[in-house]
Amino acid sequence: MEKTFTATIWVLGDDIDTDIILPTQYLALEHVEDMKPYAFSPLREDLAGKIQKGDMIVAGKNFGCGSSREQAPEVMKALGISCVVAKSFARIFYRNAINNGMLLLENDKLYDQVTEGDRATVTLGEKIEYKGKTYEISSLPTNLMEILEAGGLVAAMQKKNGKKVE
Amino acid sequence: MGHTLVEKILGRKLNREVRPGDMLTLPVDWCMVDDIMAPFAIEKFYEMGFTKLYDPDKVVFIYDHFLPTTRVEDVRQIKEADAFAKEQGIRHIHRTDGICHQLMVEKGYIKPGDIAFGTDSHTVTYGAMGAFSTGIGYTEMAAILGTGETWVKVPASIKVVIDGTLPENVTSKDVILKIIGDLSACGATYESMEFTGSAMEEMSIASRMTMANMVVEAGAKCGLFYPDEKTASYCGIETKEMLEALQPDEDATYEKELHYKAMDFVPVVACPSLVDQIKPVNEVKGTKVDQVFLGSCTNGRLEDLQMAAQILKGKKIAPYLKFIVTPASQKIYREALKDDTLEILSDAGAIITTPGCGLCCGRGGGILSDGEVVLATNNRNFLGRMGSSQSQIYLASPKTAAATALAGVITEP
Repeated sequence: MEKTFTATIWVLGDDIDTDIILPTQYLALEHVEDMKPYAFSPLREDLAGKIQKGDMIVAGKNFGCGSSREQAPEVMKALGISCVVAKSFARIFYRNAINNGMLLLENDKLYDQVTEGDRATVTLGEKIEYKGKTYEISSLPTNLMEILEAGGLVAAMQKKNGKKVE
Repeated sequence: MGHTLVEKILGRKLNREVRPGDMLTLPVDWCMVDDIMAPFAIEKFYEMGFTKLYDPDKVVFIYDHFLPTTRVEDVRQIKEADAFAKEQGIRHIHRTDGICHQLMVEKGYIKPGDIAFGTDSHTVTYGAMGAFSTGIGYTEMAAILGTGETWVKVPASIKVVIDGTLPENVTSKDVILKIIGDLSACGATYESMEFTGSAMEEMSIASRMTMANMVVEAGAKCGLFYPDEKTASYCGIETKEMLEALQPDEDATYEKELHYKAMDFVPVVACPSLVDQIKPVNEVKGTKVDQVFLGSCTNGRLEDLQMAAQILKGKKIAPYLKFIVTPASQKIYREALKDDTLEILSDAGAIITTPGCGLCCGRGGGILSDGEVVLATNNRNFLGRMGSSQSQIYLASPKTAAATALAGVITEP
């Protein structure tokens, strides 16, 4: 994971639930690649098609609330989203995102300032820079950082089980 | 300094004192895996390098979201889960018995003080029995299936005290909706909720399950009721010491306390499309609905069906309305058949479906089309949850559902 990166911003609102991130109808598609076009479709039908690799999402409070479907962070990762910056995250989504190596950053001020299409620069464990202003972000607890750095829980477990990572 | 109930449950498991903020590695008593998530958990399990379950007798496989299957591709899910269960010797498997959360309690798996994780967010339901239970994703489940343990950060607690007697037209659903409205959809994020007071003591296990089921809609990690005589008799426990060990201390520390008088509650709805957008039924009365849904792990139990039957006995639902009733389990279905509840509902014009998650997750019969309005007893009214993203979902109690089915417009019971 790059320590510093710059990304284009997509703005979503408060309480973006997992049914919005990926509706139930598409959960059992065999591959995450097949799910990609339907991400965020109840809210913005054309959004998934517009997201480019490396883009970031900035949202309000309670991002990822709702069901335990892990397809939500998985499909976001598959779309190439580099990170989500939100005022707060729902707990199951938070765990699922870390387990899939999807970076989540908490900041309660950025959302109120950003405009979609602008770019921001993230420095992990430190700050986000946007339009000349700095927004603080904190670092994760050690056990979670280890999972994230391994690339997710599967890789962390493979390491533990002595399985060769492909 | 004393301990809250969640600290007692987690500490008892590790045989040491725990405080909010502590990172624990916990042994897991029950792993509940549903049919949507099973194939994904199995795939990750092997990918992680595991070959054997840590203990097949602590794993429960339940098929409920996709049965009876409504899409060709759903069959794959069931077949893969079956094959894994056979290979690993999983004995606790329910293919047609009903909704996972109902079955975990009804079949006697969950006992007070247990630690349970499930691949569905409404796993919090078992808090009604004084167990710590919460939802996780399939990757995390795969790791638990292989190791028998996972990490948990000890949550701070919110205490909800409700004293007195609820009005006749109010159910536990109205109570939890009101509390979610007051806390907001993220007001209890990462926290444990504890429910106490004379109104909670009076409540049946079924009503407690309705409330515990919905704490996740306020973001909570778990929602706990204090185990009592009702809990003990439901799960056939006699050991008094255990029940005593699972009570919070009087000097426990809470992040927040909410106090209510039971008599102040009124029937409410959660308006589209947020669970915390709560209004008294009277404020939205007269809103035309196309469909009413009675069922789900929130409100598909016998008492819920009976409440509706009492209102609908000898009457007919409004013309042009669809009224879908889905008992939460086969046991409930049979009980409701025996005591004429299903006959009353059917006579009134209800479509009675097979037990399962069905319509609540937008997969069963009764999918909504653009512009349609439904009043439903389940737990989520998110955009597109029950079909089209252009449909509207109001959440309410079984009593409000019955009164609304009769009138064809949202009506206070």
